[in-house]
This record gives sequence, C-alpha cells and structure tokens, in this order.
Amino acid sequence: MSLWIGEVVANFLVAPDIYRMRLRVDIEEPGPGQFVHLRCGLRYDPLLRRPLSIHDFDMDKGEIELLYRVVGKGTAWLAARVPGDKVSGLGPLGRGFILPSGKTLALVAGGIGFAPLFFLARKALALGNRVIFYLGVRSREHLLRQKDLAEFGVQLEIATEDGSAGFPGLVTDLLAAHLRNLRFDGIFACGPKNMLAAVAGLAATYSIPAQVSLEEHMACGLGACRGCAVPVYREDGNVTYENVCSEGPVFPAHRVVWKPSWR
Amino acid sequence: MEKGEDKAHPYPNLTVELAGLKLQNPVMPASGTFGFGEEYSRYVDLNALGALVTKSITLEPRLGNLPPRVVETPAGLLNSIGLQNPGLEVFIREKMPFLRRFKPPVIVNIAGSTVEEYAELARRLEKVPGVAALEVNISCPNVKEGGMAFGSDPQQAARVIKAVRQATSLPVIAKLTPNVTDIVAVAQAVEEAGADAVSLINTLTGMAVDWEKRRPVLGNIVGGLSGPAIKPVALYAVWRVARAVRVPVIGMGGIMSARDALEFLLVGARAVAVGTANLVSPRSMLEIIHGLKEYLREHNIDDINEIIGGLEVPFPL
Repeated sequence: MSLWIGEVVANFLVAPDIYRMRLRVDIEEPGPGQFVHLRCGLRYDPLLRRPLSIHDFDMDKGEIELLYRVVGKGTAWLAARVPGDKVSGLGPLGRGFILPSGKTLALVAGGIGFAPLFFLARKALALGNRVIFYLGVRSREHLLRQKDLAEFGVQLEIATEDGSAGFPGLVTDLLAAHLRNLRFDGIFACGPKNMLAAVAGLAATYSIPAQVSLEEHMACGLGACRGCAVPVYREDGNVTYENVCSEGPVFPAHRVVWKPSWR
Repeated sequence: MEKGEDKAHPYPNLTVELAGLKLQNPVMPASGTFGFGEEYSRYVDLNALGALVTKSITLEPRLGNLPPRVVETPAGLLNSIGLQNPGLEVFIREKMPFLRRFKPPVIVNIAGSTVEEYAELARRLEKVPGVAALEVNISCPNVKEGGMAFGSDPQQAARVIKAVRQATSLPVIAKLTPNVTDIVAVAQAVEEAGADAVSLINTLTGMAVDWEKRRPVLGNIVGGLSGPAIKPVALYAVWRVARAVRVPVIGMGGIMSARDALEFLLVGARAVAVGTANLVSPRSMLEIIHGLKEYLREHNIDDINEIIGGLEVPFPL
C-alpha cells in the first residue's frame, strides 16, 4: 500500500520561500524523479493533493526529504507544519530517471527543479558516473546544498540570472557554452518548461540522450483522471497524450511536444 | 464477522435495487474519476463497491483536450479532460477482461457525437460479457459535439435515450447536466424515452482566469466544476428530480463523506456516486460505505432504504 500517514521530523526555511521537510514514512524505496502526492490540510480548500518530487531518501531512518517553494495555499499549509505533525501521502509515484553507470552526465536544474536532481546526483555517483551539475537560480541566496554536492564529488556549475554568483545569465547558456568542448553521455533536467525546451534543443543538436522531468496541474496522481496529460510523440511520429503522474513525470526529451498550442 | 451480521442477511442492510441491478451498497464511482478500475485497484478492494462505473467510452479513440486540463478552485475542481479514452474496441479488448473479474455490476458510460453513435455503442456493448448497464453521457461540457448539446434540450435528450433503448436490452441510465433551466423537464423526457434510471449531476460549466497572464487557465478555456463547491446545487437538483420521476436517481456532486452521501439519500437518491473525492483520496468510497454502515448501526436502522427520500420538509416548496 502506498497510501500512508507521514510524521514531520523537520521543516525549515532554507532560502527565500523555499522549505526543506523531512518526513518519516514507511514506503518502498523511491527512485530519483519519483514524487509523493501530499494532502495539504484536512479540509476542502485546498482540496487536491500536491505533487512534490522526492529530494532525498534515507533508508536507515525511513525518511524522505522534500524541497519545495511556497507558491499557494497547499504549500503554505505544508510550510506551517512542525515536527510531530502528520501528513497524508501517496507514493512513491510515477516513473523517475533511468540512470546509466560509469558515464559522464550533465544534470541541469532550474530553480526548484533542483529538488529531484539532488537525489539523482547522489544516486548517479553511487553508480560510478561522473556528474557535472548545472544549477540555475535567480540570485545567489537561492543556492542550496553546495557543500553537500561538493562532498559527494559533484562538479558544480552555477548560473545566476542577476549575476550575483557564477555565470551571469541562464543555465542553458552556460550549458551551451560547455557543450562546445565537453562530451556528455546523458543529460538530465528539471526546471521551468522554457528551460527544458532549451535543454531538449541542445541535446538534439549534440545528439545526447536527454531525460526531462515535466510538471502539469495534477489531480488523482494515479493515472486515472487524465488531468495531467501532456502531448508526446509516439514512435510512429503521431501525437498522443500521456499522464505526467503515471507515464512521467520523466520523459525522454525527444518525445515531448514542446509547443502544443498557441501558448 | 461483526456482531449481528451473517452473510445471507447482512445487518444493517445496505443493498439497494436500481434499474434491475442489485447493488450490495449504494456507493459507486462517478464516471471519469475512477479510470477503468485498474488504476485504483491497488488502493481499493473493487469488490467492496456498489457498482463499477467506467470513464466515458466513445466509438473511436479520443485524445482529449489541450493542457492544462485541471485546476483547483475554492473547494472545487475545474476540469476539461475532453473524454480522453482508447475507444470502444480497445475498451472491450483490454479493459473489460479486468473489470469483469469483480463482483459488483459494471456500468459502462458511453458518449457519442451523434444519436447513431450512441445507438452503435449500445448495440456493440450489449453482447460484451460482464457489462451490466449503460450510463449514457449526454452531459459532458468539454466536447464540441454531442455531450451536453444533447442533454440540455429535453427533446434531444429523449432522442438519444430512445435510440439507446431500442439498441439494447441492458438497463439504461441517463446522466444529466445541471447546465439547464429546468433539469426536471430533461429527466421526465428521458424517463418517457425509456431510461431505467437517471444520474445527476454532471459538472457545472465554469472557467478560471489567470489575471496576471490575462488568459484562461484551462487549455480548453472552459471546463466543468466538481467537488464540495457544487454540492448544494446537486442536492437541489436531485431533490427536485427524485420527486418528479418514477425511475430511481443516482445522486452525485461533491460527495466527500458518509454525511454527504446521507444528504443525497435523504433528498431521494437511490444510490450515490463519488467523484472528486476519489481524486483526493483513493479510499474515499470505502470510508463512505463504512460511515453509512456505522450511521445505520448507531441509529438502529435496519435498512438503508428507510433513509431514501426521508427528508422532512416543514412546508411544500
């Protein structure tokens, strides 16, 4: 059964509007890129669960970590939780990243897209991969867990939009510059849709297989309601819809239809 | 086994009869919120439900609408899925074998863009083993052709139901839209046309606006509202329809708890369907069934049928 009640172990502000929560839960071992679907309150507003990607997992303690930005009623409720509080959750859900071993990998995170890629970096290194982690944030105060990543043995490349740390500009521009000289066996990305589309473009240009984690408004989380469906290419080139919750959230970048409408 | 319970005569009695079907309890999923059962089978013992209701099936596969397809509103959910489904053939081949393994009757929801399509769906499902009844979706607000266009006019609604009625001997349930001036007129028209039951309400048409981007939130611009926010509208519709037709009513619209289900039974629903609550918590229906049983026990009521239509009104409205 992957419907559970978790107990908050810690929940604290780590950057402007960004919280890190540790939750003690009895769940099967999650993979990087999978998510949990949390009920945010006991009443009808907010009504639906909120999908949060798994930031880390500690098998010995039986704890998952979540890193989330407060954007609305649901995440505001989560941010107000204190140790000992209970949270209803579903998961781990979805299909996560598929990692190779012994390769050179680029991880590309934009903003809160850092959350699942931290977990991915740790797992990637455990499989003997070399990891270069491209992290794009608005400003230096949004940089998180640099020390942890360095201790793991990750090569961190930072881009800030305001130029307050690292490369001044978009993380995808930094990645594009590096791709002229570096060879990667795989690219793994999570972040805003524009960033993912740019990563997919670069991956196609350099013929590097890429996996991207998508976001969409979600209801059931179980693949039943088709609410979080996104257009993707089938093998025959025609477009179909697949659920972010059950067939994703991670998709091969070349399968994603990046501009499905006038949006 | 719990006290006072034996298999032949369970106490209290939760069984209800509906359109020739015997339901072990009056709780079923609302079409579209429970996929084809499989998605929930890890969380819910499907054998515990009153009936299994599928997502709408169309003759040909449908891709559905542009994303975003769902958005939360205060105590509500606005959706514009657009009847995404694999089509009749795939449904029969790949979804029915799973569904027919379970004990509760399988109610297949059908949607067409022409009267003939509805009749064709009914004809072809008639022979499929395990199909216990058809729920005819003449109330989907998220498709351009068919759906609500039929359900919002009593004569059009009757035409569809009559065609389905003539095409099948299976029980026919007409699913009605609240997006009409007088839902009673539609209910009476489909009863006259041969419906064995009516289910109501489908979602209320609505929209959400992103004021910063100056755009509608949903890819389809408009959608259907469900959830606790619509419960008063649904109760009123069920109350009116239940008193105006002889066929049983399946009540739905914002049922989240056993208390909500009781309210629908009191205003005259013979059975209830749970929709949005499934999306919030996969075990909602089981909790509602348990809650109904508890309520009857606590109040020494032997039979849930005693509750149905039991609303006491101080004066006629």
